[in-house]
Amino acid sequence: MIRVVLPYHLRTLARVGGEVKLEVEGQVTQRSVLDALEACYPVLRGTIRDHVTQQRRPFLRFFACEQDLSHELPDAPLPDAVATGAEPFLVIGAIAGG
Amino acid sequence: MSSVRVLVGTRKGAFVLTSDGKRKRWAVTGPHFGGWEIYHLKGSPVDPNRLYASQTSGWFGQIIQRSNDGGKTWEAPGGGMTTAPSGMPVVESNKFVYDTSPETGKPLTTHQWYDGTQHPWEFKRVWHLEPSLTNPDTVYAGVEDAALFRSTDGGQTWQEQAGLRGHGTGPKWQPGAGGMGLHTILLDPSDPERIYIAISAAGAFRTNDAGKTWKPINRGLKSQYIPDPNAEVGHCVHHIALHRSRPSVLFMQKHWDVMRSDDAGDSWQEVSGNLPTDFGFVIDVHAHEPDTIYVVPIKSDSEHYPPKGKLRVYRSRTGGNDWEALTKGLPQRNCYVNVLRDAMAVDSLDSCGVYFGTTGGQLLASPDAGDTWAPIVRYLPAVLSVEVQTLP
Repeated sequence: MIRVVLPYHLRTLARVGGEVKLEVEGQVTQRSVLDALEACYPVLRGTIRDHVTQQRRPFLRFFACEQDLSHELPDAPLPDAVATGAEPFLVIGAIAGG
Repeated sequence: MSSVRVLVGTRKGAFVLTSDGKRKRWAVTGPHFGGWEIYHLKGSPVDPNRLYASQTSGWFGQIIQRSNDGGKTWEAPGGGMTTAPSGMPVVESNKFVYDTSPETGKPLTTHQWYDGTQHPWEFKRVWHLEPSLTNPDTVYAGVEDAALFRSTDGGQTWQEQAGLRGHGTGPKWQPGAGGMGLHTILLDPSDPERIYIAISAAGAFRTNDAGKTWKPINRGLKSQYIPDPNAEVGHCVHHIALHRSRPSVLFMQKHWDVMRSDDAGDSWQEVSGNLPTDFGFVIDVHAHEPDTIYVVPIKSDSEHYPPKGKLRVYRSRTGGNDWEALTKGLPQRNCYVNVLRDAMAVDSLDSCGVYFGTTGGQLLASPDAGDTWAPIVRYLPAVLSVEVQTLP
């Protein structure tokens, strides 16, 4: 079971409370986790990755296990602790005021 | 007895304000989509409980929301699970993809960037949603970077009306300080094939064939901030309005200048007349008097607040040139708010109501065509748009 922590506005949009728990088939990567997330919560399509290019939206970052994984390749394996559910995969919005 | 529903888009959510025909006591709900920018929301003239909203965020992009109960509940159209052959869900209500050349697959055109160089089109957000006059599932979206999209399935999917960008003047379009947005969409109630749109800073355009082909309609506009002040395109049109009984007469608030056209935009004449300043954003037309129009003069393009700190709506009963200041109930000192281009609307009760929202979060209403004003609410987030529905 993969644990994903979404920023507040995406939790509201997807109508979920705390962490999201996902089943991910095969290798656990950014792409497979986000595919599983969007399959469960279709309204999130286009909000984390661009619809067409599948690039991460510029004001979002991916963290896990105290590492910034934002610039890892989408098919690179995520840390074992994420794959086993010991640690969550964090989708973080850039801090900004206003 | 008729009632009124006011739809307010703000920097931090949407609000729905309702009242009976007296328009003295108001119920306010919201914020809907709290914390998100709601550029615009508008109801279908055919089914007033069908509302569309543009929900946007610099972080998460564009979301389209739809309500079937007058704003009590909302959904992202098609947000339920629909699986494509690849196994992925199909959700495209927030997918706005520009057309490419069918021959080369390359972008249709580029536009001028702030520094004068050419720049590719990049989707940012939906500025304006205009539901069809005849079908509640058909709705147009004016977007930044400027283009017109249409949905015929209640907002689930969107297709660009690419004749607008493809007609040849795209390389001369340029963004204003607020971006290059298509912000005004006027559907001609007498001719379903005729649509007017306006873009900052490209100008006004018209189609006579339901969006297949477009032509610029800017003759008579003069703009000192472009190399040729009389150019075919490049003008910063802020808003256009028409009266449904006379859809070939258009009123325009340009960056500077209030303009009028009596020939569906083929030519324009200035009607700024005795306004204290002819810079501004909003313009609207009385529901029952086609020659009664409203503007809110703003000091200048460098100082976006009312002259002398006095918030005044100006009304012309002669289709322009002769203007009277409307001040009763409006702050007449120390007022430095702005009124943005989509933030004025009218109702169609016997005594026409006029409404506008400010960047200071005030929503002001006049139940008597502008003679007197009072705030409905005072402390909303900055108001981006105001629409009014008159309900049976």
